[in-house]
Amino acid sequence: MSNAAIADKRPSTLQGARLPKWSPYAIAGGSVAVAIGIGLAAGLDSRVQWGLIAGLLFVFGTYVIAARVEGRRQAKDRIATSLVWVAFLLAVVPLVSLIWETVQRGVKVLDVYFLTHSMGVVADAEPGGGIYHAILGTLEQVGLATLIAAPVGVLTAIYLVEYGRGNLARSITFFVDVMTGIPSIVAGLFILSLMLMLEMQPFGFAGSLALAILMMPVVVRSTEEMLKLVPNELREASLALGVPKWRTILKVVVPTSIGGITTGIMLAVARITGETAPVLLLVFGNSFINANPFEGAQASLPLYIYQQWANSAGSPAAYDRAWAASLTLIAFVMLLNLVARGIARWKAPKTGR
Amino acid sequence: MAKRIDVSGLTAYYGSHKAIEDISMTVEPRSVTAFIGPSGCGKSTFLRTLNRMHEVTSGGRVEGKVLLDDEDLYGPGIDPVSVRREVGMVFQRPNPFPTMSIFDNVAAGLRLNGNYKKSELQDIVEKSLKGANLWNEVKDRLNKPGSGLSGGQQQRLCIARAIAVEPNVLLMDEPCSALDPISTLAIEDLIGELKERFTIVIVTHNMQQAARVSDRTAFFNLAAVGQPGKLIEIDDTERIFSNPSVQATEDYISGRFG
Repeated sequence: MSNAAIADKRPSTLQGARLPKWSPYAIAGGSVAVAIGIGLAAGLDSRVQWGLIAGLLFVFGTYVIAARVEGRRQAKDRIATSLVWVAFLLAVVPLVSLIWETVQRGVKVLDVYFLTHSMGVVADAEPGGGIYHAILGTLEQVGLATLIAAPVGVLTAIYLVEYGRGNLARSITFFVDVMTGIPSIVAGLFILSLMLMLEMQPFGFAGSLALAILMMPVVVRSTEEMLKLVPNELREASLALGVPKWRTILKVVVPTSIGGITTGIMLAVARITGETAPVLLLVFGNSFINANPFEGAQASLPLYIYQQWANSAGSPAAYDRAWAASLTLIAFVMLLNLVARGIARWKAPKTGR
Repeated sequence: MAKRIDVSGLTAYYGSHKAIEDISMTVEPRSVTAFIGPSGCGKSTFLRTLNRMHEVTSGGRVEGKVLLDDEDLYGPGIDPVSVRREVGMVFQRPNPFPTMSIFDNVAAGLRLNGNYKKSELQDIVEKSLKGANLWNEVKDRLNKPGSGLSGGQQQRLCIARAIAVEPNVLLMDEPCSALDPISTLAIEDLIGELKERFTIVIVTHNMQQAARVSDRTAFFNLAAVGQPGKLIEIDDTERIFSNPSVQATEDYISGRFG
């Protein structure tokens, strides 16, 4: 017998038993079926419990079956994979169900009339009316807040990354971290105390100030991270050409990271768009259209949603309006996120030939 | 154009760590001077002190004198930005500006420093790219991003960018260590051409390269890890590689240590 023939008879050490490709799906299907069985048998009411049981069964089932067939190392690999999948589903299910619920309930009254009319002459419990005044208020308040917070935040981040040394920079970083943790109601109360001291009535810009306080640390943090990603070599290359430091920052560092900086600002805008508490305290809410953010109470989308729910004493028409306004708000935030992604892609440093 | 550099008693620190100690040498104008020596001996640090890039690193600090044709770069009232316009630099890894086109990369130094007319800029960019032997390869795609070029082309783009501002001295920190032999050859040929116009100082780990391109060679060494690097000797390249006056140089060149 030749050596080759002997080698042929030996089992390959590189090839082990493998579960077929469809096995994860089969295990998932099996666990769901078993979970439903257990749920029915034990009389569990909550579908959430069913889902959790299915998830646990899937993770353990995968491990046991893979350990039997493939060995322990592959089983560990599979358990990691299945844990990631279960975690993904746990995160996605609430999101999808939230969007589904909002769309389903929101589309009932969401039309052009709804988007272009205010609540001016409509009583809270009656059908009709719209959110034009709230959209206007949100856009103005958030826009003004962004005009304040974005430049201050970006400049602070530039200081921290490019110039900041020693105690001043350390304390600024510390206070930015503290600011990140400020509850929105506290920011609202802070501006409210100023407003009361100056004996002013609620107006839109007061809300913008509170929103700007909330937005600033988010912008600082994200911009800081983006600026840190710019390779030092680019700064040195520019400095070595005899370019002053401020021009290096303006013409090389910021343009290289502008995509990321805009994304960060957009995400911060999306975050403050949904804030209710400071708006409730400072802008007060208004059924009529008030286009002037510097005088008189204004409406805003999150505040409108809250007030439709709270002031209507369970009227279905008001609930429908609240859902439709929620849908508009979610759509607006989603749009901002998409725009942010678009800008990031458009402004990303080009590598193509 | 080209200027002489006179260094005397130069010591550089990173924070409290002394990186190089008491270095004195003269770099002749219109010549190529190569720095060789083991890793960590302070060649690059010394190179960066010659255009005040050392102090860009946090904690970087320098004592001693660097005369550029009788003017002390570390004298009172000297603006490091103006120093860097006189003494250009090419780095180890090619680093074109990723947001700029090839044209803008070469024009960057001029554009960021002052006002030039479009036609002036075009002339200078063409001249610099020709000077860096890159013109024929990129003349049809000056508006494409510089990061789309190959590594060797990017490095020549960086050289074009450095010579576009017409410095007196060109410092090169291991300009070929990230490149293949063909690109290396292209850059070495370029160095030979550039020395007609500039004073060139090059750091290299490649001893054949030092022997090929330089007129004078300086050998740096350090006594032990953590000790400051020192200049062991500087002499004509031919002498350094055939008959150095210090034993350590001969040991290093013949590969007995380091």
